[in-house]
Amino acid sequence: MSLRRLFAMAFKETLQIWRDPRSLAIALLMPVMQMALLGYGVSLDIKRVPLCINDQEHSQLSRDLVQRFVASGWFSADHASATDRAVRGALDRGACAGAVTIPVDFSRALMTTGSASVQTVFDATDTNTTNVAIGYAQGVIAQTTADFESQWAAAHGLRPPKIGAVDLEARVWFNEGLDSRNFIIPAVVAVILALVGAQLTSLTISREWERGTMEQLISTPVTALEVMLGKLVPYFVIGLVDAAFCLFTAIYWFKVPFRGSFIVLAITTALFTLVVLGIGYLISVRIRSQLGASQVALILTMTPTTMLSGYTFAIDQMPAPVQAVTLLVYARYYVTILRDVFLKGSPLQDLLIPIAALSAYAAAIIWIAARSFRDRLD
Amino acid sequence: MTGSQPVVVAEGLTKRFGAFTAVDRLDLSIAKGEVVGFIGPNGAGKSTTIRMLCGLLRPSAGRASVAGFDVGRQPEAVRAHIGYMSQKFSLYGDLTCRENLRFFAGIYRVPRQERAERTHFAITMAGLEGREDMLVRTLAGGWKQRLALGCAILHRPPVLFLDEPTSGVEPQARRRFWDLIHTLADGGVTILVSTHYMDEAEYCNRITMIDAGRLVAIGSPRELRQQGLGGQLFEIVCAPLGAALAALRQAPGVLEVDIFGDKLHVLVHEQAVAETLRPFLTEKGITADPPRSIAPSLEDVFVQLVSRRSKAPGDAGIKP
Ligand SMILES: Nc1ncnc2c1ncn2[C@@H]1O[C@H](COP(=O)(O)OP(=O)(O)OP(=O)(O)O)[C@@H](O)[C@H]1O
Ligand SMILES: [Mg+2]
Repeated sequence: MSLRRLFAMAFKETLQIWRDPRSLAIALLMPVMQMALLGYGVSLDIKRVPLCINDQEHSQLSRDLVQRFVASGWFSADHASATDRAVRGALDRGACAGAVTIPVDFSRALMTTGSASVQTVFDATDTNTTNVAIGYAQGVIAQTTADFESQWAAAHGLRPPKIGAVDLEARVWFNEGLDSRNFIIPAVVAVILALVGAQLTSLTISREWERGTMEQLISTPVTALEVMLGKLVPYFVIGLVDAAFCLFTAIYWFKVPFRGSFIVLAITTALFTLVVLGIGYLISVRIRSQLGASQVALILTMTPTTMLSGYTFAIDQMPAPVQAVTLLVYARYYVTILRDVFLKGSPLQDLLIPIAALSAYAAAIIWIAARSFRDRLD
Repeated sequence: MTGSQPVVVAEGLTKRFGAFTAVDRLDLSIAKGEVVGFIGPNGAGKSTTIRMLCGLLRPSAGRASVAGFDVGRQPEAVRAHIGYMSQKFSLYGDLTCRENLRFFAGIYRVPRQERAERTHFAITMAGLEGREDMLVRTLAGGWKQRLALGCAILHRPPVLFLDEPTSGVEPQARRRFWDLIHTLADGGVTILVSTHYMDEAEYCNRITMIDAGRLVAIGSPRELRQQGLGGQLFEIVCAPLGAALAALRQAPGVLEVDIFGDKLHVLVHEQAVAETLRPFLTEKGITADPPRSIAPSLEDVFVQLVSRRSKAPGDAGIKP
């Protein structure tokens, strides 16, 4: 490892970023635009999403569930007790944004097996509203289930399990006024950093292959580690600037309460930035065309970070196999960290598990990326 | 070129891409300070050979060493001792001349106290004074190529591999480039340079001709010219050309006849045969001037060697 070479690499990369409009746009514009879009998207607090409720059972329990949807204040059940056809028609016309179907055997299933399923369908045109609405609907259903479970346990002389309910209450507790923004905006920051970070580095190696400069570079004594670290240095600085921008916007513009320490925030953010840049770099090393690398980076980061990081869908309400998959979604650890640092003011020692997970991720990615670097043409 | 240890050695060097053999059992030995030209048509395997010698491609069989290091097993050591100019221009177009030089000086760890001097040398050598701060992509071909050479020699490598460094460069700039090559060779640098231009081959101490991955001939331009044809070349002005061509192909002692413009080039076993040609043609009603002895161009030699090799497979051509 030569610091001299590492520095030469970093300096050259900085000049190239500075002269490349595309890189500059990703580095500077993308975070601002996404913060505005996603931040304002959720901050239009979602109240009274028109909902069709198809109560096929009409039992006391099913009516109770309908009542809870309405009472939550987030939904208006205009088309209660509609038929299947009517529900679909209303969705197609746009008369309602979502539908909840309570099956005929809802109470019976719940009584005998202790679990029952409720089908929810949402119009996905307005993704943001939908994502939030789905989150709320899941919250209502989980709360109902939890209440029922504890009643059922009490009636059978058992200790109430309260698994889902505890968590829901905790969430409500740290997010006073049930303000979804405070809960979602820290996660928005994580999602933006994951997307921007991977995009930033995803082109850095493929660009050299496409322009033919890689052949010259690898004919020199430079090593894989020097190329990687040298290239990551400028992107790391950019990543931290982007992160600082997003976090300060969350705190000072969207007024999300910040109860933690800035040092904890800085340490964990630096770690997460390293992971997302490493992912982009790894993709860049593996895929020789710029277009391919950029698209793979988008696909690999977009879906997991938006769907599986706990950004809009609570992880603890996902089916067990999906929960297992989320363990691989690095963004979920940073989402957890940010929510805890923002809303609970958690100190470092309370965050050891997600920090350990992110550190392991960073080490693995960097090791794999350094090993995947090809210093030959064949 | 005897005495000292060869700097570049290849023995049975082979590269296969799948079922296709791009370089086939190539033997090569280059002494210190030699300028060796690498000549062959498109797809002959010049770039592939050079890339193997730079440690950029792994040989499929055979071995090669550069500056005492094995290219297959010690590519890092090889790379520390070579300068390489790839066939496709490969400096950073979005950096200025000075920034490119600075970058490679850093990558090659040129001592800081020498950096300014060597960068200055590279700039003057390339004739880039006044253009130091221009973006490289805005430079014309000749300047780009000289800058690439400047970057490749910043660390004073003992061996240089130049892959068609003058392609697409105007003749005057090409001439200038070759002067630079010879200045470097006089300083003890060993240079392997590939080219399409036969006239450039004349500037080399030795020439390696390859075709379809196989070595055709190796030797100094003079040696190749003398022995390469395996006979003596004569030029005959005659008419009608077609009839003369057909007739001479049947004439005793004639090895090869080719049309060159409005004349015929005739390759004969020995001087004595040439004297029989004019009577032979007159007898057949063809008017002809007396044959004139000519020195073959390297192109003649190459064409001749390739066709002879294809007639007699297994003959690896001339060896010095
Ligand atoms: N990576 C590769 N995969 C498959 N075939 C290849 C590869 N690189 C080169 N070849 C083939 O090997 C042969 C030799 O190529 P090479 O580039 O060495 O020729 P060259 O003598 O440099 O030709 P040119 O004068 O056009 O530069 C060509 O037929 C080429 O198509
Ligand atoms: Mg070539």
